[in-house]
Amino acid sequence: MKLRLPSAATLGPLVALVMACAFFGMRSDRFLTGDNLSIVLQQVMVVGVIAVGQTLIILTAGVDLSCGMVMALGGIVMTTLAVEHGVPVPMAIGCGIGATTAVGLVNGLLVTRLKLPPFIVTLGTLNIAFATTQLYSNAQTVTDVPDSMTALGGTFQVGNTSIVYGVVVMLLLYMVATYVLTQTAAGRHLYAVGNNLEAARLSGIATPRVLLGVYVVAGMCYGLAALLSVARTGVGDPNAGQAENLEAITAVVLGGTSLFGGRGALFGTLVGALIVGVFRNGLTLIGVSSVYQVLVTGVLVILAVAADQFARRGGRAT
Amino acid sequence: MSGAVVMQATGLVKRYGHVTALDGTDFELRAGEILAVIGDNGAGKSSLIKALSGALVPDEGEILLDGRPVHFRTPIDARRAGIETVYQDLAVAPAMSIAENLFLGRELRRAGALGHVFRMLDKPRMIAESRMHLQALQIGVTSMTQAVESLSGGQRQGVAVARSAAFAQHVVIMDEPTAALGVKESGMVLDLIRRVRDRGLAVVLISHNMPHVFELADRIHVARLGRRVAVLNPKHVSMSNAVAVMTGAMRSEDLSPDARA
Repeated sequence: MKLRLPSAATLGPLVALVMACAFFGMRSDRFLTGDNLSIVLQQVMVVGVIAVGQTLIILTAGVDLSCGMVMALGGIVMTTLAVEHGVPVPMAIGCGIGATTAVGLVNGLLVTRLKLPPFIVTLGTLNIAFATTQLYSNAQTVTDVPDSMTALGGTFQVGNTSIVYGVVVMLLLYMVATYVLTQTAAGRHLYAVGNNLEAARLSGIATPRVLLGVYVVAGMCYGLAALLSVARTGVGDPNAGQAENLEAITAVVLGGTSLFGGRGALFGTLVGALIVGVFRNGLTLIGVSSVYQVLVTGVLVILAVAADQFARRGGRAT
Repeated sequence: MSGAVVMQATGLVKRYGHVTALDGTDFELRAGEILAVIGDNGAGKSSLIKALSGALVPDEGEILLDGRPVHFRTPIDARRAGIETVYQDLAVAPAMSIAENLFLGRELRRAGALGHVFRMLDKPRMIAESRMHLQALQIGVTSMTQAVESLSGGQRQGVAVARSAAFAQHVVIMDEPTAALGVKESGMVLDLIRRVRDRGLAVVLISHNMPHVFELADRIHVARLGRRVAVLNPKHVSMSNAVAVMTGAMRSEDLSPDARA
């Protein structure tokens, strides 16, 4: 296997991340410490895992507006089952991930069978998942979650820095998903579907199956994110996922994945998620209101989408 | 050019409501020839090609491949039977590499556990074989990891042709392969089609471009009103007479006997 230099699309976000780190490192002594960077990773892990599913969907030229709400549903299902119904923890976790996967399946079926636009489908499931979560939990936070369910929120020591297990889970997910995307036929088919659906179909790729699979796998990612969210906060929160919902899309776009499908890489998404995390953490450290973080993220998103649009126009020979 | 019959169709009928697209058309393709299919709009030309490439299922009639009846229900069925189609709108994935496009839907996996358990693609082999296929057709592109969108229109069509030539066992169907190309690029693709034929494959060429048809074809199948009205020999028929037969201004019986093939 020949190692290729990262393309401009993946290099840009990386440069932005390094510059942001350098900036906050100069402004705050605490920013570049191991403990603080570990906190950044811990803050990023939930949205990072959601963004894996979101990347897969955006690569097929779709979008999932429901991701954060679906995650909240998964978190409420697994904690409620374990706390209020005494369901064994592994089974409760399985049910939570099953619930998010089922929503993914519904999204996928609506997109592939009824050929509805993903934007509208997931706008619908966004509201359905939110309402279901509120109704199922009576809008109450589920507390007294068993320790075994929050185990991934535990830490281990590397030198003087404690690292959360969930971060390792997130990094493993990125590695496995990157392998599948770049080294297997299934991954190449996903890119082909996003790149030119008709060409993919004529090449003998079962395009509806690829699309359906992507939405189902994305649902599983949201379930895993739900588990990490519960582990991080220690509770089942019916209002979780509201920030993550759009942050996941932001991470994907910042990471250089094209909203038009077929172009991009998961590594970029991880970088994009880290950019969001670094700005949030860094601006807090130097005492700037978190509203500015939202402002900066907005500007970055528009820059990233503009760069994508520009690359598309420039890169295509007509 | 009188090789064995590779593909044959008899009495193909296709109706859409009360519109009859194919009205009992016949078709015959011989080994190692370029058979051009011409016809006015609505003559049933594209329905015929769709039936042969599996994109539509005829209501009546029979298709024989190497003398055996075949029933294609999807383009995939036709591909499995060794019939490849090159589409006019350049059916490639632009952001993907040449090698990835060539092997799209037919990826090669590594040998052993890497391939079977981890489903790992054999990228070096796909790149090497792509280079071989493109060189065999003298398509002057060297980097197989180059994105297809970085190629010119002619080179892109070259990739599509190389892909079909690489995998076709019997027949390559080319649907208006030069329609989207400029003059120079068209010339390149015409040469390419000839080389595909010279490798022993039977080529069906659908084209509106009469000079291209007359330059390339060994025989010309004329479609009109859902039927085959003539099979012409381009060496013994004028372009204007061929067009006259195509539009119904002249009957094939009016032509001299050696104009028919």
